[in-house]
Amino acid sequence: MSSSILWVRVHPVTASRKNGIKALVNFSKVWKWLTSGFLLHYDKIGAADRYPYLRRNIILLMLAVTLIPLTFMAVINSHQYHSSLKTEIINPLYTLANKTKHSFELYLEERLSTVRFIASAYAYTELSDEKTLNRILRVMKTELGGFVDLGLIDNQAHMVSYAGPYELLGKTYSQQSWYHEARLRGTYISDVFMGYRKFPHIAIAVQQFTKEDLGWILRATIDTGKFESLIAAMGLDPASDAFLVNREGIFQTSSKYYGKVLERCPFSAPLGNYGTSVVEATDPQGREMLLVFARLAQHDFSLVIVTPRSVILRSWYTLKSEMFFIYFISVGLIVLVTLKLSGNLVRNIREADEKRELAFRELEHTQKLSSIGRLAAGVAHEINNPLAIINEEAGLMKDLVGYGADFPQKEKFLGLINTILKSVDRCKTITHRLLGFARRMEVQFEPLCLNDVIQEVLGFLEKEALYKNVQIRLALAEDLPQISSDRGQLHQVFLNVLTNAIASIEASGFIVITTWQEDDQTQGVSIQDNGCGMSEETLRHIFEPFFTTKHGYGTGLGLPITYGIISKLGGDIKVRSKPGEGTTFTIFVPTKPKTG
Amino acid sequence: MLLVDDEEDFVSALAERLHLRGIDARIATDGEAALEAMEIFLPQVVVLDVMMPGLGGAEVLKRIKAMHPELPVILLTGHGSIREGAAGLTHGADGYLVKPIDIEELIDKMRGALSGD
Repeated sequence: MSSSILWVRVHPVTASRKNGIKALVNFSKVWKWLTSGFLLHYDKIGAADRYPYLRRNIILLMLAVTLIPLTFMAVINSHQYHSSLKTEIINPLYTLANKTKHSFELYLEERLSTVRFIASAYAYTELSDEKTLNRILRVMKTELGGFVDLGLIDNQAHMVSYAGPYELLGKTYSQQSWYHEARLRGTYISDVFMGYRKFPHIAIAVQQFTKEDLGWILRATIDTGKFESLIAAMGLDPASDAFLVNREGIFQTSSKYYGKVLERCPFSAPLGNYGTSVVEATDPQGREMLLVFARLAQHDFSLVIVTPRSVILRSWYTLKSEMFFIYFISVGLIVLVTLKLSGNLVRNIREADEKRELAFRELEHTQKLSSIGRLAAGVAHEINNPLAIINEEAGLMKDLVGYGADFPQKEKFLGLINTILKSVDRCKTITHRLLGFARRMEVQFEPLCLNDVIQEVLGFLEKEALYKNVQIRLALAEDLPQISSDRGQLHQVFLNVLTNAIASIEASGFIVITTWQEDDQTQGVSIQDNGCGMSEETLRHIFEPFFTTKHGYGTGLGLPITYGIISKLGGDIKVRSKPGEGTTFTIFVPTKPKTG
Repeated sequence: MLLVDDEEDFVSALAERLHLRGIDARIATDGEAALEAMEIFLPQVVVLDVMMPGLGGAEVLKRIKAMHPELPVILLTGHGSIREGAAGLTHGADGYLVKPIDIEELIDKMRGALSGD
């Protein structure tokens, strides 16, 4: 496995065509490295590591391709939803806060304008007259509403004229900071204070100058009942709360849940903020709240709307938990399926590879056999001639000695020659077998006797049977008529079956071979052994290619080939077996080759 | 009879054995020589090896049968050429033997062929 990293120089794609092509080529090199070297090609790896490696790669690839987009989407979705939800809920609140803030500003502005108007429209001397002041106050109360008193303060900070319910005439304000502020700024709006009959009030003061350039102040007190109705007009849901606070965080109107007028508000306004903003905070009861702060323009008041976050974000929480649920279930499913699928896939690939290997080996084996067969044929044929020579010459020697005169060693001589001739006979048998083996490759029909064929095959196997102490009992039909069939193929059939029979016998046993004329068209051969037998499950599979119970060295093709041959010859093959008792193969061979 | 085989040792030993049994056998070591010899003297039986260099056994058989259709020809074949032997039968040979041969079998076949079947 190549672990070297391919460094790719990426050329900037300029207008020049050459550079463009170069960049393309480099990219394709990278691509090739990615797909072929790293992830999917496993031919270059040793067999043992190949399959886990392949499986791991498939798993990684599949997980990456499925999980990355899924996670991406989940993240984007939740983000989108969250933000859109927030804006959907928050925007109306925002708008509401702004609108209400404007209403407050308008209200204060109206009152301030009124006082300013009065201060401008009337001269100092006119306002010093209490009757005038009272009349003005009456008109203000009727026409505008909300005014409680009206007072005139001279440049020495003395209240010189007063209309209203309090005893303020003659009072001095030089110690009051609001007075100085009013003198400095020209107008002044106070915070809420507890006033007449313990209702909350605010004071508005406006400065004017006499013709002599002496500053005087007109001061009016407003009751804040209107504030409450402005807030009520917001129409918030019962769980929400809205109120006015000043710069120090003191309630200017009563809060539904958090305190009365002039108490401290538990929420602190966002610092340095001059517009409308939204913050999240925890209230004294520990609930998560959403706060909208709207700063009034002309005074350090802020309108505050408090809404429980849970109300807003309820649907978000539901979605979030649903999404998590679905996401994790999906991830779990994907991982499960990936692991299982890749396991199956790789196992199938491995099995297919192994089968292919086996098939190749078998093919190789067959080809080797056929070349060996040809070789054998060649050798056998070559040997026949010298063998014939030995045979004739030894025969001649025998004739000459036999017909000739006696001499002292005559008997011995004849004996020796006979031994030679017997050995030639053995050689003849051996070459005959060799050629029989070779002839397996060609299909040809000839008249033959099944019994002979069986005997020939037994000749091949007698050594092995002897070694394994297997007794071969023959029950061959006498005078079994000749049939027309392929000797070589029949050799192979009986060889396969008998080899299996011998192999199934562990220590010692017997094999019974029976032949008979089944009917006009067919002869039967049965080969019965008392070996280990086969289970029903095994019986189902024995004619399948590559099925073998000889783990490791069987090719699993012997019986399929046998079956194929018998089918080709037009015969039939049946098996009966009992585990522990033995197996019987029954083969039916047609007397004449079936045409078509 | 005429024995035709390219292995001289074999064919001369066989001829001698036949002589010892009272059968007159001449030999030829290739097809050409055999055909020439047959122009000089006509044998009663020809024993012919199918695998011979030069004019092969099959060709010789054909020519003999062309010239003397009544003349019995027995083919000798090594195991590798049984097919040739069997083919030879269809071309008119009167029998075949597989090498190495049993001389008694040869004599039997010869007598059989001569007794005219």
